[in-house]
Amino acid sequence: MSEAVVSVSGLRKYYGNTRAVDGIELEVRKGEVFSLLGPNGAGKTTTIEMLEGLRKPDEGSIEILGLNPWKDATSMRRRVGIIPQDFNFIQRITPAEAIRYFATLFKAPDRSEELLELVDMRNMEKTYFMHLSGGQKQKLGLCLALVNNPELLFLDEPTTGLDPQARRNMWEVIRKLKSEGKTILLTTHYLEEAEVLSDRVGIIDQGKMIAGGTPQDIISKHGSGKALYVSGNDEIARKVRSATGLRCTVEGRNISVEISNNTEIARVLDIVRSSGVELETLQLREETLEDVFLKMVGKVED
Amino acid sequence: MRLKNILADLSVYGRSFARSREGLFFTFVFPIVLIAIFGAIFSGNGGSSVPLYVQNMDGNSPAALQLLAGLNSTHLVNIRFIPSGANITRYVSENSITAALVIPSTFGQSIASGAPVSLPYYNNPTVSSSQIAGQAIGIVVQQINLNLSNAHNTIYVRSYADSVVAQGYVDFLIPGLIGFTILTTPMFSVTFIVSNYKKDKIFRQLSLTPLTRGEWLFSKFLWYIIVSVLSAALMIGVGVLLFDAHVRINLYLAPLLLIGVFMFVSLGTFAGAVAKTEEGAAVIGNIITFPMMFLSGTFFPISIMPAWLQTVAHFLPLYYVIDGLNAVMVYTNYTSAMIDMLISLTISVAFFILAMLAFSWKEA
Repeated sequence: MSEAVVSVSGLRKYYGNTRAVDGIELEVRKGEVFSLLGPNGAGKTTTIEMLEGLRKPDEGSIEILGLNPWKDATSMRRRVGIIPQDFNFIQRITPAEAIRYFATLFKAPDRSEELLELVDMRNMEKTYFMHLSGGQKQKLGLCLALVNNPELLFLDEPTTGLDPQARRNMWEVIRKLKSEGKTILLTTHYLEEAEVLSDRVGIIDQGKMIAGGTPQDIISKHGSGKALYVSGNDEIARKVRSATGLRCTVEGRNISVEISNNTEIARVLDIVRSSGVELETLQLREETLEDVFLKMVGKVED
Repeated sequence: MRLKNILADLSVYGRSFARSREGLFFTFVFPIVLIAIFGAIFSGNGGSSVPLYVQNMDGNSPAALQLLAGLNSTHLVNIRFIPSGANITRYVSENSITAALVIPSTFGQSIASGAPVSLPYYNNPTVSSSQIAGQAIGIVVQQINLNLSNAHNTIYVRSYADSVVAQGYVDFLIPGLIGFTILTTPMFSVTFIVSNYKKDKIFRQLSLTPLTRGEWLFSKFLWYIIVSVLSAALMIGVGVLLFDAHVRINLYLAPLLLIGVFMFVSLGTFAGAVAKTEEGAAVIGNIITFPMMFLSGTFFPISIMPAWLQTVAHFLPLYYVIDGLNAVMVYTNYTSAMIDMLISLTISVAFFILAMLAFSWKEA
């Protein structure tokens, strides 16, 4: 297992009586993409802002690349890249000017062409920030976060508010960065995004980490596994239940049977066939992270 | 403080300022408009004399001509004639005339014979042009009376204006208007920028870089010094070329400009930092700016204001900047200018401390 670049334990932040972050443990390893997934108001942004050194934790310890983000903010920020939520910038500045500005501040070489190439914005060189689309603004935010060639990137809701095409473009760029060996910690409330991009996911709800691991780990640990979806009716469902002890529900002219291993498929199919029902539908569905998330959190944004 | 950071920020801020229409307007157009409007109002023929309507019933009698010539030589009035056949009261009210003098048909005869004669003067005492015309008439009539009684002047006034550079109202206007732009340009744009950067979280973004808020603020000082020098030069140029202004320009102006900009960039930062919203910032900015805009000697000298308002003016920070500019440019009184500099520097430092206390890039 590679070294941890982010270690968090017992992290807490209160606003009055509200426990915005309530005891979060977290470890991000070098080279991985880790997503903090949760509904709005779950405490994702408060958590990542404490990791970025923008907010002071009330309790707990944070170590980023061996540094304390609140106390060693300046030296830490030379080695990490950050896109805050709702990234915004000076309105009448072109992308190349913004990148050069940050390069001077970080004493980094001017890589404006290379970075704009990376996010596919070479043709936007002369457009003012105020005239960029939401996706282009966000991608410029990413360029600015990359100016100091960071080992670790914090992306707070990098695709919120973007249209599906712009979101996919952003994913492309994040994958490219991962392939260059960067460690990325991102927050999102889009399940698909967490599932597609991340090596590991942490689900946050009401300030607590309620599940963590690879998407597959989370599905098998908290989900019920696979479901067999075949033609059937109430009578068949009863038969399946009594013969196999599996959970079985009727959905219209079909039944859905939760199965844990593949030998059960044959048993269920035998029962259905022996009941004389025409087998019009036959589907094996695997639960997605979304199914599990819905089950655990009970709600999902858009 | 790293110069490289300050210059990088200055270049970005300067570009974004110059690319906005408001920025260009306040730097280049507004100063010219101000000096042109106020220059036109207060200088030249139209400005210095008031209209006086005369109905001459005495034709070309020598006495009537002497009276008219006397009025003309005061340069206080601009004589226009009412037809001798007109009904004077109706004519005055129909034409909204505020100063009308009637020379009766017996005027010449009476003077020749030494008989008393009165000149009806129709006026509106609430209007200053009416009062000015009345004073001009008084002066001329008294002079004619003195001549008639064969008296001669014993007391003369000889005026000295050696140390005063100014020759007309426009000359007092230039220091006032320079002070006005030193006040308004930073107050309106810095107040807005600080509240806007706060709302758009641009300060949060900048706080993630090695740029410090001290460097950021210093770059704003530099930028508004550039802007103020440009607009001051424009106003002096337009004033001198178009309105024949006479002002002294020397190195004493530099510290006054610097201190003035320091004062209002700090105050603007403070106003933007304490405001919760952009709209709130505009309100706070206006509350601070408007009294100073009019009562600090910008458009007219504070000496023409009532005593209590003059006292108020002494509590307005801009007053000391404009008083200093006047001391240098108009009166060449450098001791007085130094005192004004010291007072404005003290006020500026206080504003700067307030600004730094209120202006934070971090959130709780």
